[in-house]
Amino acid sequence: MSESSEQQSAQQSMQQQSIQQESGGAPQLTVEQAIANLQQTEDQGDRYYAAWWIGRFQVREPAAIEALLVALQDKQNRDTDGGFPLRRNAARALGKVGDETVIPALIESLNCSDYYVREAAAQSLQALKAEEAGGPLVELLSGGVESALPVEGKPHLTQPYNAILEALGELGTSALIPTITPFLQHEVPQVKNGAARAMYQITGEGRYADILIETLSCDDLQLRRSALLDLGEVGYLPAAEAIANTLAENSIKLISLKGLLETQISEQQNEEPKATLVSNKTRKVMSLMDSLL
Amino acid sequence: MTHTKTFSQPQLLRDRLEAVESADSAQAMLDAVEALAELKDEGAVDMLIRVLGYNNPGAAVAAVDGLIQIGTPAASALLNQIDGYNYGARAWALRVLSGIGDPRGLDLILETAAEDFSLSVRRAAARGLGKIQWEKLSDRDRDLAQTRSCTTLLKVVSEDVEWVVRYAAVVGLQGLAIAAIEYGKKDLIEPILSGLKNRVDLDEVSTVQARAQWAIEHIE
Repeated sequence: MSESSEQQSAQQSMQQQSIQQESGGAPQLTVEQAIANLQQTEDQGDRYYAAWWIGRFQVREPAAIEALLVALQDKQNRDTDGGFPLRRNAARALGKVGDETVIPALIESLNCSDYYVREAAAQSLQALKAEEAGGPLVELLSGGVESALPVEGKPHLTQPYNAILEALGELGTSALIPTITPFLQHEVPQVKNGAARAMYQITGEGRYADILIETLSCDDLQLRRSALLDLGEVGYLPAAEAIANTLAENSIKLISLKGLLETQISEQQNEEPKATLVSNKTRKVMSLMDSLL
Repeated sequence: MTHTKTFSQPQLLRDRLEAVESADSAQAMLDAVEALAELKDEGAVDMLIRVLGYNNPGAAVAAVDGLIQIGTPAASALLNQIDGYNYGARAWALRVLSGIGDPRGLDLILETAAEDFSLSVRRAAARGLGKIQWEKLSDRDRDLAQTRSCTTLLKVVSEDVEWVVRYAAVVGLQGLAIAAIEYGKKDLIEPILSGLKNRVDLDEVSTVQARAQWAIEHIE
């Protein structure tokens, strides 16, 4: 599953969750129940759901975190493919809960045999801004672009390259440029875009973000959506018009433009703490957002 | 709204209606609906409304845009039929009504902005409350309708859990304040400015703070 479809299914389950809450249909979990459900091992379904729930509601309690760390080592919950579904949810939740003490455990999970556990761990390490993960993440790229090949019979490559490159972009320094540059030539667009995003974050050079802008006019809706989210996350202001004109849902374009706007606001406030929120640059982004409501 | 082309192109309209009827793929449907919507022809209303009920989001978006362009006749048709709609079609219809701003739909738009399940529908409704066609109402009805819109928007802007709905409510409040100034309904200005000021100071999302600040600048 690609990162964007992962995000989508996460969004869908969040929507289901709030449907249940709004309609009062399914019983709501309390924090205590969720922790108890995660600690028990009888009902795999309850345990799996509790791991997701604790991440979704960012339950930052020692008992919850400890139970997630246990779940991250779980051996019982296996899918037919030999994967570890519970570990995946635990790895994702640990990134959301936001406690830095879990970083070593997540770094260890970068070596899990399950591709999706490695992907979730990389994403969570990025979310936790875990600088010490830089080395271990680079190790996953050790075969270079030549090793970044599809795994037979699976819908993914040997490593979660996109997640690794994104995390490195967030955490990395200019020392990583030679490691990341070859991936700009990768034929899988998600990998190429991940490298472009990372290179833009590390160098601040617009030519890398322009690769993402080009993707906004490609034929594949999923790719357009992920490029929208990428541009929003790196906050590349010159992309504003192109974002507004992309063929995709307004809700995603609004999220993307919000990213641009907030990057601009924090830059203005870094320069001058009392800077007004409204400037020529922010007005331009807000006008585009208004047109998408 | 442009009616200049209405009735001047009956053959073109027939062809494009036929193209929607015979579309045999999602992409063909989208292209055909876009071509039909482009005519801005009243004669397309029924077909565009039918498209809202198909499970084709791309085509539905194009149909929504087309119906908003057609304006009042589209609002009339939707208001007559909306009670019988399932949730999906109703959500698209509410987007159309919000986009047109026909005051006959005001009750529905108010309810939608405050209560609809879907955030994109609440977003469209909150935005729509800022551009109701106030000139279509009598002075007395307008006065009451503006007060009700204000109350709903102030609630949405401070209480909705989704930033994008609060953002849309800020834009709605800006539009409402400007209309209130135009119609001499001065008692709304103070509560609107204070609601917006509250967002500048307290909203947890800087995008909403910035938009509220800009709205205040527009009004003052």
